[in-house]
Amino acid sequence: MNGFFDIPSDLQHSYLGLIALHMQEALIPVLVGLLLALPIGLLCVHYDWLYPPVLWSSTVLYAIPSIAFFVVLIDYTGLTQLTVMIPLCLYSLVVLVPAVVDGIRSVPEETNAAAAAMGIGPVNRYVQVQLPIAVPAIMAGLRVATASSISLVSVGSLIGNQGALGNLLTTAMLYHRPQLAVTSVVTTAVLAIVVDAVLVLVRRVLTPWEPPSGRRSRRLAATISGAARTPESVS
Amino acid sequence: MNVLNFMQHFFSDGSHWHGYDGIPQRVWEHVQYTAGALAIAAAIGLPIGLVTGHTGRGGNTLAFVSSGARALPTFGLLVLMFVWLGLGIVPVMIPLVVLAIPPILITTYEAIRTVDPSPVDAARGMGMSEPKILFQVEVPAALPLILSGLRSAAIQIVSTATIAAYVALGGVGRYILDGLYQRNYEKVAGGAALTAILALFVLVLFWAVGRVAVSPGVRRRGAA
Repeated sequence: MNGFFDIPSDLQHSYLGLIALHMQEALIPVLVGLLLALPIGLLCVHYDWLYPPVLWSSTVLYAIPSIAFFVVLIDYTGLTQLTVMIPLCLYSLVVLVPAVVDGIRSVPEETNAAAAAMGIGPVNRYVQVQLPIAVPAIMAGLRVATASSISLVSVGSLIGNQGALGNLLTTAMLYHRPQLAVTSVVTTAVLAIVVDAVLVLVRRVLTPWEPPSGRRSRRLAATISGAARTPESVS
Repeated sequence: MNVLNFMQHFFSDGSHWHGYDGIPQRVWEHVQYTAGALAIAAAIGLPIGLVTGHTGRGGNTLAFVSSGARALPTFGLLVLMFVWLGLGIVPVMIPLVVLAIPPILITTYEAIRTVDPSPVDAARGMGMSEPKILFQVEVPAALPLILSGLRSAAIQIVSTATIAAYVALGGVGRYILDGLYQRNYEKVAGGAALTAILALFVLVLFWAVGRVAVSPGVRRRGAA
């Protein structure tokens, strides 16, 4: 093993325990972010004037480095996982709100009109008609948000070992064991890739009407424009 | 407001404004890291994005590479490079460049690829060479989107360059980390405020560049 998986006892977790902790600290904020972004995005679509200020404030929020965010929050939430998860949730909003807005805006006018003509109310129309059509755009945003969240959890190791796999990094420095840093980076990267693959799979299950032929190119377009859309709309 | 009070104390303390650990020195270091990393990332991302966008091929590979780059944890990469390469600017530059390449690469590719095909066809019909088409037709039309990719990369670098302080370098992150270790929240809030100010400065800078560089016709169409 050459020490790659000899986890020092001060981390209080086994290797698998660290992975579970990392997933928990990374994914819960994104999930909460998604639950918040869905109504916020809908509001931004309904009230046009709301969107620019939301974008501006989220851009400034995004510029605040995660370490600073963590440290300032220590005063309020202490050295807990919550201190790491609150900033991550806010960061995910920066990506997810534009994704939801673009997704809902991509719904064709005829579809909305047809839904209205069939007597589907506003709430049902959002949940049953607009959201499913917006899934590709939202999933593209979700992939970006999840990847950055998984990467950022590591920074939590600076505020008293709240960084799950990132704690291996501070330990690597402390005990001069570079192998632990390798373990941390490789494991985090693999986690991000696996979660990304799962999200792609979920997207396919959620949008079964996408034609099998040309699916590749359409999926790519969604991914790429989703990634490109975020910086574009944060203007 | 607690945090605002901290910030005010930080900025009104005269000792924070000069010397080796002074605000001008730290901001200058931060600007150097940011500009260096952005320049390297642009030198890698822009040409590849332009060529793949122009030919329309290699999109799958690009998506793969950029999600791979996004999967790499920035902080982890920093520590790993520091442990391997030792003290210096290189261990800081590598993670920052890896962080900045995906937005630049993907946005440039997407910007060139989605240029209205009719002027491109017209240019080709008039006998323009492919490089000329790329630089005289496609790039001017795609410039707003390309700039937005660079801008989002720059903002991510500005905010992430703070972690350089963890491996004994300077920059605004020095205040945040020192403040953390000294339990001096004034410093932390001040460092965070400086980072946000730098990010706003980046936004203004790119807005100004856009005003100067983007042709009025393209800008008007973008505004509509």
